[in-house]
Formats: sequence, C-alpha cells, structure tokens
Amino acid sequence: MENKIQSFLQALGKPLVVFFMRLGNLTMFIGQSLYHCITPPFYFKLLGRQFLDIGFYSLPVVGLTTVFAGMVIALQSYTGFARFGAESAVASVVLISVTRELAPVLSGLMVAGRIGAAMAAEIGTMRVTEQIDALRTLSTNPFKYLVAPRIIAGIIVLPLLVFIGDVIGIFGGYVIGVYKLGFNPANYINSTLQNMETLDIVSGLVKAAVFGFIITLMGCYNGYRSRGGAQGVGEATTNAVVSASILILIFNYIITELFFAN
Amino acid sequence: MSETKIKITGLRKAFGKKVVLNGVDLDVEKGESLVVIGGSGTGKSVLIKCIQGLLQPDGGSIQIDGEETVGVNEREQNRLHSKMGMLFQGGALFDSLRVWENVAFGLIENQKMPRKEARTEAVRVLRQVGLAPDVADLYPSELSGGMQKRVSLARAIATKPEIIFFDEPTTGLDPIMADVINDLIIESVKGLGATALTITHDMASARKIADRIAMLYQGKIIWQGTVKELDKTENEYVRQFINGSSQGPIKVEI
Ligand SMILES: Nc1ncnc2c1ncn2[C@@H]1O[C@H](COP(=O)(O)OP(=O)(O)OP(=O)(O)O)[C@@H](O)[C@H]1O
Ligand SMILES: [Mg+2]
Repeated sequence: MENKIQSFLQALGKPLVVFFMRLGNLTMFIGQSLYHCITPPFYFKLLGRQFLDIGFYSLPVVGLTTVFAGMVIALQSYTGFARFGAESAVASVVLISVTRELAPVLSGLMVAGRIGAAMAAEIGTMRVTEQIDALRTLSTNPFKYLVAPRIIAGIIVLPLLVFIGDVIGIFGGYVIGVYKLGFNPANYINSTLQNMETLDIVSGLVKAAVFGFIITLMGCYNGYRSRGGAQGVGEATTNAVVSASILILIFNYIITELFFAN
Repeated sequence: MSETKIKITGLRKAFGKKVVLNGVDLDVEKGESLVVIGGSGTGKSVLIKCIQGLLQPDGGSIQIDGEETVGVNEREQNRLHSKMGMLFQGGALFDSLRVWENVAFGLIENQKMPRKEARTEAVRVLRQVGLAPDVADLYPSELSGGMQKRVSLARAIATKPEIIFFDEPTTGLDPIMADVINDLIIESVKGLGATALTITHDMASARKIADRIAMLYQGKIIWQGTVKELDKTENEYVRQFINGSSQGPIKVEI
C-alpha cells in the first residue's frame, strides 16, 4: 500500500516538478524582459524593424481575415434572427462582434502564426548557432537587443492593427448589408454610428495589446531556450505558435470577463 | 614579465549527471599564447565558455587580472567582456547583419564609436585578415567557410581586446587556409600584445601558434608544457594524442 502511494506520488511528482520549473523559468524570463523593456539603452533601429515586420507586413492578413469576418457576421445575423427591423440589428451585431471579439482574436491568432513562428525560428537559430553567446561576449545584453524591441513593438503594434481591422471588418459588414441584403446605406451607417460604444472598441484594443505581449513573449521565450540544432528550433517554432494561440483564447475570456461581466 | 592574466583553480562543471570539467587548474601568463588540446567532447568549449561567464561553473575559481569572475553581476561581466574577444567554433556571425556590421559590432555597441568611423575601422581590420573591402557589404551567408572564419577573426580582434579566445580556428579548413589563419592569429595576437587561449585538435596549428600547450582529459589538465617539451614527453596520453593513434590509454567510447 505504502509503496503504491509512494510510486503514485513519484509519478505525479516528476511532471509537477518539471511544470513548476518551467513556470519559474518563464516568470524569470518575463521579469527580465520587462526590466529590459523599460531601461536604456533602447535600440530604436531594431524597434523600427519590428514595427515593420509585426505591423506593416501583417496588414494584408489582418485585412483579409477581418473583412471576411465582418461579412459573414452580417450574413449570419441577418439569416439567423434579424430579418425584421434588420438594419439596426445587423449593424450593431457586426459592430459589437467585430470590435469586441473578431478583430482582436482573429488578428491575434493570425499574427501569432506569422510572427510568433518567425521570432522563435530567428532567435532559436541565433541560440543554437551561438550568436546569442556572441552578443554577450560583445557586451550586448540579448534581452535588450533581441527581446525588448520585439515585445515593445508587439504591445504597441497589435492595437493599431486591430483598430485597422475594426474599420475593415465593419466595412465588410456594410458591403454585405448594402449590396447583398439591400439595406439603405445611410441608415446602415447611422445605426452603426449610433450603436458605437467606446468600451467595445477600447476592450478590443486592450485585448490586442495583451495578445501582442503574449505573441512576442512566446516567440522570444521559446526561441531563446531552444536547444540542439535544427530540430530544437523546429520544436521552438511549433511551441511558440501553439502556446501563444492557447494563451490568446484564455486571456480573451479573462479580459472579456473583466470588462463586461458586471 | 611573468604576470598571471587568467588563473583557474578547481573549476568544475557538470550537465545533469554528466561531469565535464572536474577540477581544472590552469594559469595563462600575460602575453602568452596557450593552446588547449584534447579529444572531441572533453569539454574544451565548455572551459572557454566558463572563463567568459557564458556558462555558470558549479565550483572553483576563475581570476582575470587577479579579480574573481565567477558569480559577478552583469555590469562587471560587461566590463570583463570588453577586455575579451572570441572566435567561436561555428563562427557565430550575426546573419542578419552585413560583414562590416559584424566586425564593427563591438566598436559601435560597446565603445560607442560613430557608425561611419566604425565602418572605416572594420574595413581596415578586414584588410588585415586578408579580405577585400567589397566583402564588407555582403552578408555572412554569402561567404565561404574560410572567409567566414576570417570575418569571425576580424570581429574577435576589432575591439583590440587584452585576451582573445580561439575555439578551433582551423577546423574544417583546407591545410593551406588553416595555415593562413594560423599566421593571422599569430600576427594579430602579437600585434595587439594580447593574451591568447586557443582550443584545437589540429596539432600542426597547435605547434605553430603555441607558446605553451595544455592537454585536457577527463575533466582535468593532465599535462602542460612548451612545444619542445611536448615532443619529449613520456606522458602516454599526450603521446597517443599527438600521434593520433587509436592504441593507447585513451579509450574512445563508441
Ligand atoms: N549547454 C550544454 N548542455 C548540456 N550539455 C552540454 C552543453 N554544452 C556542452 N555539453 C556537453 O559537454 C561536453 C563537452 O562539450 P564541448 O563542446 O566542451 O566539447 P569540446 O571539447 O569543445 O569538443 P569539440 O572538440 O568536439 O568541439 C559534451 O559531451 C557536450 O554534450
Ligand atoms: Mg568545442
């Protein structure tokens, strides 16, 4: 009996120890990253490159996903429940679902796939080819040089992207509303403007900032601790995308709860 | 003359259960060129990384210019790094930066030299290692292995460090290129008056660049002496290693 309990505890113990070690490592990584985000020197040139990579080059993906999201919501809400008194209902459903949920979440997931993977691969390659060691021997802190610019850019750029996504998504709903469902354009725009709430948009942008942090953090963290050649880098890439996606969905719920639960 | 630049005592490092360094004692005098030889996987690279603070030793002491370096904070670490240059085994060139930016990295980031000036200096150092100025604007991936080694060498010496580490500078090069790199190492070390610690298992290279040779085996320095002493030594481990024989006290685990 005693042996059974012991072996059960042992079986439980090892993964648990590993889990807490990982958690500890991650916490330390976050602490160090944040510290280096707010202390000089800042690498503005690297920051600029990240703005371009994360923001500008993600515009097509974000635009495409949000425009179709807006379109499908317009169609669904019309066929589903808003055939009568439709303009205002469809317009406000599109508005709320795009700004609160669809633009931040879809953009977050898209950028996680695009950027999280690229970051993990780049930093992971630098790790396994000893470029990170080389940085340190040249008296340059890798957190300052590699991690901080990415995280700062992620936190700033994602809200901008999502704001653009909001506009494009609402436009997608408008196109379907007017050209397919035959609503009056002026009325549709009017109901959109009337139903516009600051909180809907702000909550979406806050989500975006958090997602930006999650994506860049997971990309950097997984890349930074990758080991053992090409295979290690491949694993890091997968882990970065999967963990960022899951965390995005979890934090999406948490933030929604914080904003709207009462 | 004889002034100890690097003093290592009782250095230990293990990865999990695998003990790599098990009490290394080694002194490097100021201005000398010490070569550490030893089989693959005996921990030569780990030794260099411990000295540079890239790996945290499990025990022992490393003093540079009489100052303890194990466990110092980041600011101290940076100050130490600004005294050192390193040629990595795999080159470790930054592949997102151009050749000249690689060479000038320490000048720009550490010595705060303006970019223009740093570029001129980088081109000068590149010429010193035998690379034409038009290489400066290429990316490392566009160079051959030998050229990459030269760029790494240029990056290691560009900041005029007091101590330079070379991790297998000639591995993977043809014999002639290897000798060219040997000459460059001798020139740049002597030119800077630097202290050099080189790792290699290329005995021709070791004989050429070493003032003194030390052999690492099973986590300890088992022999050290000059090149002359190397040829006369009775130590069977050393003899087996320099003769490159599979017969002898060193057993290779397959
Ligand atoms: N970061 C690390 N994590 C775990 N084990 C490591 C790490 N770095 C090195 N090792 C192990 O330490 C041992 C010594 O490695 P090291 O790279 O120092 O060998 P070496 O003497 O430089 O060999 P070579 O001549 O082939 O370069 C190896 O068995 C290696 O597996
Ligand atoms: Mg090595």
